[in-house]
Amino acid sequence: MATTAAVVDHATHAHADDRSFIRKYIFSTDHKIIGIQFGLMSLVFLALGGTLAMMIRWQLGFPGKPMPLGSLLPETMAAGGIMLPEFYVALVTMHGTIMVFFAIMPLLMGLFGNFLIPLKIGAPDMAFPRINMASFWIAVSAGVLMMAGFFVEGGHAGAGWTGYAPLSARPDLSGVSLGQELWCLSLIILGLASILGATNYITTVINMRAPGMTWFRLPLSIWALFIASILVLLAIPILSGAAIMLLFDQTIGTNFFNPATGGQPLLWQHLFWYFGHPEVYILILPAMGFVSDVLACGSRKPVFGYHSMIYAIISIGFLGWIVWGHHMFQSGMNPTLGMTFTISTLLIAVPSAIKVFNWMGTMWRGSIHFTTPVLHAVGFVAMFTIGGLSGVFMSSTPVDIYIHDTYFIVAHLHYVLFGGSLFGLFAAITFWYPKMFGRMMNEFWGKVHFWLTMVFYNAVFWPMHDIGVHGHMRRIYDPSQYDFLKPLAPVNTFISISAFLLFATQGIFALNFIISWFKGEKAGRNPWKDTGLEWSTPSPAPHGNFEKTPTVYNAPYEFSVPGMAEDYLPQDQKADQSRAPAGAGH
Amino acid sequence: MANATMMGPPAETQPATGVYNGKVGMWIFLGSEVMFFTALIGSYIILRFAHPEQWATPGQALNIPVTAVNTFLLICSSVTMVKAFAAIQDGDQKGLRMWLVATVLIGATFVSVQVYEYVHLAHLGLLPSGYREGSDLANAAASGVAWKAGPALPAAVGLYGTTFYTMTGFHGFHVTMGVLCMAFVTWKAFNGKYTVADHRGVEVIGLYWHFVDLVWIILFTIVYLM
Repeated sequence: MATTAAVVDHATHAHADDRSFIRKYIFSTDHKIIGIQFGLMSLVFLALGGTLAMMIRWQLGFPGKPMPLGSLLPETMAAGGIMLPEFYVALVTMHGTIMVFFAIMPLLMGLFGNFLIPLKIGAPDMAFPRINMASFWIAVSAGVLMMAGFFVEGGHAGAGWTGYAPLSARPDLSGVSLGQELWCLSLIILGLASILGATNYITTVINMRAPGMTWFRLPLSIWALFIASILVLLAIPILSGAAIMLLFDQTIGTNFFNPATGGQPLLWQHLFWYFGHPEVYILILPAMGFVSDVLACGSRKPVFGYHSMIYAIISIGFLGWIVWGHHMFQSGMNPTLGMTFTISTLLIAVPSAIKVFNWMGTMWRGSIHFTTPVLHAVGFVAMFTIGGLSGVFMSSTPVDIYIHDTYFIVAHLHYVLFGGSLFGLFAAITFWYPKMFGRMMNEFWGKVHFWLTMVFYNAVFWPMHDIGVHGHMRRIYDPSQYDFLKPLAPVNTFISISAFLLFATQGIFALNFIISWFKGEKAGRNPWKDTGLEWSTPSPAPHGNFEKTPTVYNAPYEFSVPGMAEDYLPQDQKADQSRAPAGAGH
Repeated sequence: MANATMMGPPAETQPATGVYNGKVGMWIFLGSEVMFFTALIGSYIILRFAHPEQWATPGQALNIPVTAVNTFLLICSSVTMVKAFAAIQDGDQKGLRMWLVATVLIGATFVSVQVYEYVHLAHLGLLPSGYREGSDLANAAASGVAWKAGPALPAAVGLYGTTFYTMTGFHGFHVTMGVLCMAFVTWKAFNGKYTVADHRGVEVIGLYWHFVDLVWIILFTIVYLM
């Protein structure tokens, strides 16, 4: 089937390629191109957010020493190459903001939400292709506004990525006015893009599944993206509302968060975290889905506990709404309420553990092919488990009161965001790269990148647990000013050097990504011998995706079905009647 | 009705739910809108419970009769919207155009009255930040005398002005967007783009319009009457 269809495909889709360059690559309505646009934008922001992190690490590892190339920065940021405190808080704020909103989230939802959903459910495109295109360009304009903040008078927003009021609401307190306003405006505009995207994804999954693609035949990546889209749809408008109130406080003199006139700074925290905690699951659920797909293919076994995986995704999505108070144990919370949030937070450990055990069950006694994507997926499981376990510490109010706002928190959130989301993304990018560009990424350099990243990443973030428990505060400009932190200076220097090496290692990935685009080995339709619908189209898939609408006969992970010639059974391929795989439909 | 609304253009694949994408998408989008207004209304509830003394007695600062008439107008526009939809279901092009034009006009009137109300209130002395210095309301509040046959005005109305302008303003913004989209649908109706078999645009904008109308009934109740 695979070889003959390639010729047919070229003939039937030749007419689709008469679009001009601009319609095809710039203002394209093709979900795959929009996905790749989101991907390239987010990778640039990922590199930028990483650069900001390197500057932060320089200051922490070598406080008060002139930064390399620091003399290139204006005097308002670094006087004589030595970073100023105001610039440091702007760096911390923007590192968090960029990584969460402009790197990880658009990579997961913008790149893979767009690229995978129609391909994996057998649809020709998204439900609303033009809204899809609008969503991308709205996100770009939000990114431009966010970047503009670095160049305005007073510097960029410095109230943290959480933008706590009243610091963020009162320019007379922070000394930053325009930067903070641009921060709000950018998030409001980005929110619009996210809501349009989520509406599109949800409609597409509900309405455009190919014949036979029932809910319980959807790959887990699609389930995860679907639930994450619902979280985006319902959580982002809360952030938009809060950011609008904050913007009004800054510009037209409203009093939402101004305690002097009766406003409630705690209201901001409640609104922000009511959005913020579902956001945490927006940032991890899709990565969990990708890893499930990659691990099943890499182990040549069906996902262990497919149904329980889906119920775990749904329960995480639901529980995510009733745990936001655990970010506010130190904000003067009634202990009874604190206990409630402790219990609801601990409950999330249950579905998370189900997922971890199911991944291990998937790999158990499988014939694991340790390709680059599979290595990253295994790394994801290990690192996410560590991040999940440190999360259990913090969910307990008495422990959290001790470690709140220390580097223990920084360690935890990077174990789930870097060790979790980013390793999941590396797995997904290396896995679906051939479908995006028609060429394979280099396996050798992919493995070098993985192992170096794994080593340096742990060297950076593991010691942060230690210094956090020792009392090292988060977002602190100069640790050398505190006697009790002075003994930690060598650890900080070690972390910083590891961070520079970690950052340099990502250059390998960038080069591999760019060079493989032009020089990589040509990929066939199905280089990984996977079962998903996307692998039955040519690589890269043409405009309109499928030669004819596929019909789905099988569950998503029919690997190593006994008695079959191949060890995988694509979803759109009918099994031998006498040998129909058990439970294909469920 | 069911037959007509389920039919899509031939290019669209058969929707799994039997409901066309535009309608499913609008319902999903409205879910997002519910959360947005929940953020605004929830904040209003928290701020008002924390500082009830900053709220003026209903009718003292805000003009209830004028806004009640405006509310009635907006409800009427939902009726005209339904009439437009019913007309095209019967293939009545003339009816469709007439009722759509009526809906656009009433929607625009609603926004205009709201703009007039804002200008009037600002002149009287209520701003998003609270009393305008030197205004009638500020002077009356400072002197502590009875105002408009009611009790004395609150000493400070910072939160009152803040929530009033933000909530009604964002509703007004939604009506304005609705009027613009409705004008586009009307323009298409005048070009004969809607038929008995396919009039999805009319139905989708109608869903949005009814939602915005419903939100106003809630806002009018809690902002003006309570």
